[in-house]
Amino acid sequence: MKSAVVQLPGLNRDRDMIAALTKISGKAPVTVWQTETEIPDVDLIVIPGGFSYGDYLRCGAIAARMPVMQAIKAKAEQGVRVLGVCNGFQILVEAGLLPGALMRNASLKFVCREVKLEVVNADTDFTRAYAKGQVIRSPVAHHDGNYFADAETLKAVEGNGQVVFRYAEDTNPNGSINDIAGVMNDKGNVLGMMPHPENLIEVAHGGSDGRGIFASALDVIAA
Amino acid sequence: MIKARVTVTLKNGVLDPQGKAIEGALGALGFDGIGQVRQGKVFDLQLETADKAKAEAELKAMCEKLLANTVIENYSISLA
Repeated sequence: MKSAVVQLPGLNRDRDMIAALTKISGKAPVTVWQTETEIPDVDLIVIPGGFSYGDYLRCGAIAARMPVMQAIKAKAEQGVRVLGVCNGFQILVEAGLLPGALMRNASLKFVCREVKLEVVNADTDFTRAYAKGQVIRSPVAHHDGNYFADAETLKAVEGNGQVVFRYAEDTNPNGSINDIAGVMNDKGNVLGMMPHPENLIEVAHGGSDGRGIFASALDVIAA
Repeated sequence: MIKARVTVTLKNGVLDPQGKAIEGALGALGFDGIGQVRQGKVFDLQLETADKAKAEAELKAMCEKLLANTVIENYSISLA
């Protein structure tokens, strides 16, 4: 499986993401700059975390209007897997590829710590390596991760199994509605999540709980 | 040239943690009887046109495409 990592000014987790994808798939991802209007033929596109455009206006708002996003939308419509982590998640909701919005943390504080995630839906392209209900560890680092959706959207998202991860064991760090940490689109090929699984993939990180997301998305687990 | 002001506010029912914090701070300063504080944004724009109808249509498009996130925010436009 081939992957691509999107790069925009202000994103700073791209190196971590490239390292994770390279280690898990054995192949380095291609990198795609924000002004590109075509994306190479890949199976997985990742928008990493950071602070694109200094979080000006709203987190991810300006990045979501860059030319590369039109190309990502076209690929997503074709069924290519798209993963957005942290700022990448904010960009995907701003671009309208995922439902809802991400607002300022309820505490108004930047949070950088470890949380617990419940795998709510293990029957997805991104979570097949896990069991439903499994609780995994993951680092988080963000100021605007407070997931919000109006009542109607929330009902649809919950009803369609689009909630993929929930903060577990009272570790919700940001006030997200229904403890939502990660959601996917109704087709199931676009996932956004605030936690950083790429920072927990090997012994040197102190654990490898995040590895399964990439192993699933890159089809490097036994079927 | 037309001067315009766009005001973006959170929709009803959307939690506003910053507004809540400001409300608390105002209370701590001794301002009583504050029902609620909601924080928003103001954009002042200068448009190089004299055509008000065109300006309004453009501003509306700007709000829909970038200035507001209509999932959580409302906007209003006023021309000077």
